[in-house]
Amino acid sequence: MEPIHIEATPKTPLVNFDPLKGHIELRGRSIPENSLEFYKSLLDWLDEYGNDPQLVTNVEVQLEYFNTSSSKCILDVFKALEGIHKKGKTDMTIHWYYEEDDEDMLEAGGDYEAIVTVPFEKIAIEEE
Amino acid sequence: MDLDIFGFYDKMEESNILLSFKGEITSDLLTSILQIMESKLENFEEKSRTKKKVYNVLVECLQNLYHHVDEVTAVDDRTKRARTAIFMIGKDDENYNIMTGNYILSENIDALTTKMDRVNSMSIDELKILYREILNNDQFSAKGGGGLGLVDIARRTGQKLGYNFKEIDDEYSFFSLDIKVRHKLDD
Repeated sequence: MEPIHIEATPKTPLVNFDPLKGHIELRGRSIPENSLEFYKSLLDWLDEYGNDPQLVTNVEVQLEYFNTSSSKCILDVFKALEGIHKKGKTDMTIHWYYEEDDEDMLEAGGDYEAIVTVPFEKIAIEEE
Repeated sequence: MDLDIFGFYDKMEESNILLSFKGEITSDLLTSILQIMESKLENFEEKSRTKKKVYNVLVECLQNLYHHVDEVTAVDDRTKRARTAIFMIGKDDENYNIMTGNYILSENIDALTTKMDRVNSMSIDELKILYREILNNDQFSAKGGGGLGLVDIARRTGQKLGYNFKEIDDEYSFFSLDIKVRHKLDD
């Protein structure tokens, strides 16, 4: 299967999904008016990746901002990952990065951690 | 009609309005407004977390307007008018004030009032639980709805949603929303 590389825009994040490395990365902002349009292809990709995942799948999410429309799509991404993780074919951790003083982004990580069953690590980074 | 431009200016100056817009809300317009506000916040040298809070709440408020206006199909003057909205952002000693106004069908007032009063009656912990409930509820679509935006705003700001309705005609009312984001965050 093909990797996905999408550059960041003012309203959408950088996407780097690499099936050979088992690397799944979202970085930047996710504030489009219609987020489903953006996330649909990512969810389809995860569906396919789940058929034959790498032994280790590394998920890296570092968001600066996201809107409530994206929050639902991000949950859909995590739920797709949860489906893959549950099959037991890949060792998976979701790494959730937040700037150390950004309590809202830490809270948001807590929201997802409470809902999905994939091992979840919240990691503070220094302000850029 | 004589427009009293100085009157407008004076009122805006008095309320320390940083940016205002009245007209049709489009995706490109929101992109521009957000870019302008981001550089203004940069210039105010706010703390990073204050900037982020204001920006996030602004995104929710503006996209609320966008989705709302998007539901109205412009077929005549009245519906064309209903697609326009106003938004202002000001700053006083304690808060950034984000104010939006748009037409809504009067029949929706009761449901919206119930939703906002419920949010306003909740503690931060209750809002967190409600947020997670709505997020994880299959009824809620990525297009919005479910009131997640308002819950998110209340949770982030820790302040009550201020609102008002003004009856316009037999079908429409004007809905105004007043959101405060503290910039004097406690350390």
